[in-house]
Amino acid sequence: MDSITSAASVIAAGLAVGLGAIGPGIGQGTAAGSAVEGIARQPEADGKIRGTLLLSLAFMEALTIYGLVVALVLLFANPFAG
Amino acid sequence: MGSLPLVLPFAELEVGQHLYWQLGNLKIHGQVFLSSWVVIGALLAFLFVGTRKMERDPRGVQNLIEFLWDYIRNLAREQIGEKAYRDWLPFIGTLFLFIFVSNWGGALVPWKLIHLPNGELGAPTADINTTVALALLVSLAYFYAGLSRKGFRYFEYYVEPTPIMLPFKIIEDFTKPLSLSFRLFGNILADELVVAVLAFLVPVLVPLPAMFLGLFTSAIQALIFATLAGNYIGEAVHEEHH
Repeated sequence: MDSITSAASVIAAGLAVGLGAIGPGIGQGTAAGSAVEGIARQPEADGKIRGTLLLSLAFMEALTIYGLVVALVLLFANPFAG
Repeated sequence: MGSLPLVLPFAELEVGQHLYWQLGNLKIHGQVFLSSWVVIGALLAFLFVGTRKMERDPRGVQNLIEFLWDYIRNLAREQIGEKAYRDWLPFIGTLFLFIFVSNWGGALVPWKLIHLPNGELGAPTADINTTVALALLVSLAYFYAGLSRKGFRYFEYYVEPTPIMLPFKIIEDFTKPLSLSFRLFGNILADELVVAVLAFLVPVLVPLPAMFLGLFTSAIQALIFATLAGNYIGEAVHEEHH
C-alpha cells in the first residue's frame, strides 16, 4: 500500500468512528434522560422502562458500530491497498 | 488482506487473518467452523442433559431450560403475535441460543491458549460470514412466513398504506439483512478488539471492566437479533383488520 493511500485510510478510519459517534451520543443521552424522567415520575414502571431503554440504546449503538465496521475495513481489508 | 497485522507480545490481534481450509473451489475460514462446532456441541449437550429424566418439579438444568423456554416464548409471542408464534418459536429460540452462546463462548472460553497455524479462535459471530448467513436465514424465514400464511396477498404489504411506499419497502428488504448482520458482527468484533487493545496496553485488571461490558453487550445483541427476527416475521404474518 503506498503511503498516500495508507495515510488517507488511517485518517478516514478515525473520522468514520469519531463522526459516527456524535449522533448516537446525543441520541443516547436524550433517551437515557427521558428514561430517568420516566422512572422518577413512575417508579413502579422501571423494569419496563429499563428494558425498552437498553433495546433502544443498542439500536443507537449500532450506528457507531457501522462506522467502526467501515474503519476496520479501511485498516485491515482495504480494497484500495493494491 | 491483513495489511496491518498488529503482532503484539501479550495480545495478538489478528483481524483479517484466517485459518483457511480448501473445500473444492472454496476457501473457508476454518477457525469459525471449529468454534461454532464447539458452540453447537455445548448447546446440544446442555439440552440433552436437561431433557433426560424430566420431572414434574423441575430442578437443576431442567429448571434453567424451562426458564429459557419461557423467556423465548414470551419474546416470540410479543413480536410475532398470538396466532403464528408457535410455528416460529423453534427458529427464534435457535437463533437466540446460538448467538448468545457464541458471544459468551467467545468472551469466556480462553481460546487464546489454543494456537492455530494462522488466525485465532474466537466467537463465531465475530466473523462476517456467520452473521450474514444468520441474517439471510431471517430474510428467507420472513418471506416464507408471509407467503405461506397469506399467499400472494403477502405482496399487498408492499403497497400499504399507499403505493408510494413500494420503493422504500423493497429497499427495506435489502437493508434488513444488511443492518442485522453488520450490527451483530460489528458489536462482537468491537468487544474483542477493545479487550485485546486494553490487554495489550495494561495486561492486568484494567481489561476486566471492558470484558464485563462486553458480556453485557453480547447478551443484548443476542436479544436484539432474536427480537428483530421475530419482529420481521411478525410484520410478514400480520393481518390487517379493516
